[in-house]
Amino acid sequence: MTYVRDVGALARKDLLLELRAKETLPSMLLFVLSALTIFHFALPKGTSHQAALGLLWAALVFTALLGLTRAFVAEREQHLFDALILAPCDRSAIWLGKTLAVLTFLVAAELVALPAFAAFFSGLDARTVGAVALADLGIAAVGTLFGAMAVAGRARELLLPLLFLPAAIPIVVGGVGGYLWFLVLYDAIFVLLAWATFEYVVAEQ
Amino acid sequence: MIDARAVDKRYGDRRVLRRVDIDLPDGGFLLVTGRNGSGKTTLLRVLAGLTSCDAGTVELPPRETIGYLGHEPLVYRELTPLENLSLFARLYRISERGERVGMLLERFGLWDVRHERVSTFSRGMQQRLGLARVLLHDPKLLLLDEPYNALDTDGAALLDATLAEPRTFVVATHAPERLEPRATQRLALA
Repeated sequence: MTYVRDVGALARKDLLLELRAKETLPSMLLFVLSALTIFHFALPKGTSHQAALGLLWAALVFTALLGLTRAFVAEREQHLFDALILAPCDRSAIWLGKTLAVLTFLVAAELVALPAFAAFFSGLDARTVGAVALADLGIAAVGTLFGAMAVAGRARELLLPLLFLPAAIPIVVGGVGGYLWFLVLYDAIFVLLAWATFEYVVAEQ
Repeated sequence: MIDARAVDKRYGDRRVLRRVDIDLPDGGFLLVTGRNGSGKTTLLRVLAGLTSCDAGTVELPPRETIGYLGHEPLVYRELTPLENLSLFARLYRISERGERVGMLLERFGLWDVRHERVSTFSRGMQQRLGLARVLLHDPKLLLLDEPYNALDTDGAALLDATLAEPRTFVVATHAPERLEPRATQRLALA
């Protein structure tokens, strides 16, 4: 129960920071809407639904990347990992709290992006919405872990895309193909991996 | 309280700490001095468990009994003092959090600004908040890195009162005159 409360306090802190700063979510919304608009005009008429779906997934992955680059800004700029690591709470609670915050931003961006996609292209089916929801979990889990790793590195702006984009390839494969079981498997593996390894990632920032 | 033997730390080719020994009993006050870049901050980070050493051994008390204040106050600038202290009080499992947080805000002269964002504070006020944060869990061992930085006369007096409390202290500074009378041990890093 204490663990859940720690996670809740940490996630609430991140949501409050975003509510005050208003930096991450507006950027994600602007990016994903701009990307979908560009794709709408760039694709020739009569393009298949599958091709449009591929572009939706590309837009979502890069939107997530934009959000992830901002996920640890406060901890990085104000050296707050030190304070969080010194606290006697389980370190995985730091990861889980941040993952929940990232997941919230992703879902909020998609609440706008998915209707926009449906309007611009050939509609949206329940399978795609389900795939996006499942993908969000994996993206948030893996992306938050890599975001924490990138904070410790020198070339952090380069490191996060280099780590995250290859890890996102299976998500795009599963999403475009509509393989929900594959996304469930991806989530299960990577949520567990990220949860178990976060402690070592932040061991020496 | 602290037993460190032959501690070495390198950053690349640069050897920052060279066979440092510390044997500090409960209630001791170790004053760490040295010029800029002599390894004071690195030593405090090693003692806080935030950085590992390359050689040697360090025996420390449990994590929840250590308080560490580095060059930064280690508080969220977009949160208020009340929100910051409440968050860390939660993470440190402090019972009667409201009372403890309120008491520290009063003590460090931050009660009247408890609902204002830290980003609007002067560096000295942020340092006061950093001191309040580090005392939240009533740590037995306090590790302070240049703690008088940015503090005005009143703030420095509050810190003096904190340093007179019955705890174990390791304080790093490049201007040791003020702390010299309190020190029970001294370590000069070259």
